[in-house]
Amino acid sequence: MSTRPSNRAFFVSFLLVSLLVAGVASYYASAHPDGLNYVAQKTGFIDAETPHQTSDSPFAGYATEGVDDDRLSGGLAGVVGVVVMLGLSTALFWSLRRRGAATEEPAASDEQAHADSRA
Amino acid sequence: MHVPDGFLDAPTSLATGVVAVGGVALALRGARRELDDRTAPMAGLVATFVFAAQMINFPVGAGTSGHLMGGALAAVLVGPWTAILCMAVVLLVQGLLMADGGITALGTNITLMGLITVGVGWGVFVVLRRVLPSRISMVAPSAAFAAFVSVPIAALVFTGLFAVGGTAPVDLQAVLIAMLGWHTLIGLGEAAVTGLVVGSVVATRPDLVHGARPFVAARDLEIRVPQVVAP
Repeated sequence: MSTRPSNRAFFVSFLLVSLLVAGVASYYASAHPDGLNYVAQKTGFIDAETPHQTSDSPFAGYATEGVDDDRLSGGLAGVVGVVVMLGLSTALFWSLRRRGAATEEPAASDEQAHADSRA
Repeated sequence: MHVPDGFLDAPTSLATGVVAVGGVALALRGARRELDDRTAPMAGLVATFVFAAQMINFPVGAGTSGHLMGGALAAVLVGPWTAILCMAVVLLVQGLLMADGGITALGTNITLMGLITVGVGWGVFVVLRRVLPSRISMVAPSAAFAAFVSVPIAALVFTGLFAVGGTAPVDLQAVLIAMLGWHTLIGLGEAAVTGLVVGSVVATRPDLVHGARPFVAARDLEIRVPQVVAP
């Protein structure tokens, strides 16, 4: 099992994927309305939508206020979103976790084996 | 399928708000059993990934698009209770910061994309895990199928809510057929992304996949605490 990436390597890679998806790949996303909005248009209830209360947010609509370049504006909003998500959710989950428990059934002998194999 | 403000009337939005608060409260209790020093950072990263992935709308034809919901994906990776919290944080950040999904519709969106997709996704996954051969190679395909099922079910529940509290007098049968049809297609995308991501994590760190725990023997769990020496 020594070929597995460490927690740190795995977590950093996972975060990088999210940053790339939100910061770079999102530019290439389809601009068509999503399923619900499309159905709302076609069946006639899209006009029921009322203005959004946070439409004056600097990142409303996944665009950064004051940044004209579309790619940069969307990418920046995505990266800010990823950073906010990571901070909020990690804080929540870290506070909820069972303290000091690394696994559900920590087996002492196996910890020993792994500790030895790395020594 | 972020529901904006105004699609559903106030009583219906209030009712889904109550359901969402109840669901999140239960999840806050349940997630304590799923989270530990190793899975808590994983859960934060999964929530973050779901946020990022939801920015990618993929075309599904005829001028329509869809994006990952991620309920089934999160449930298989970090457990159903934690997944509900992941989705709630995603929807909160989207609603407040990105103006995506109405504020009065937050309860509706947490109910649809949090409780429903996680509940259906995890439920289908657990049934498949029971009936399919007990092999870790079955985890990603099972997650993909569970993800596929979760999307039209969420569309079905939205249509039900719209039938009760819709604010526009439209042909409900047309709404039902269109919602189910398009979201079955979007479900295929949901299945593809879920299968790919769960498959990748199973291939690299199966010990971090909540849904794969029955297949990961205790000896495979790597515990990186070098100072643990003597029993």
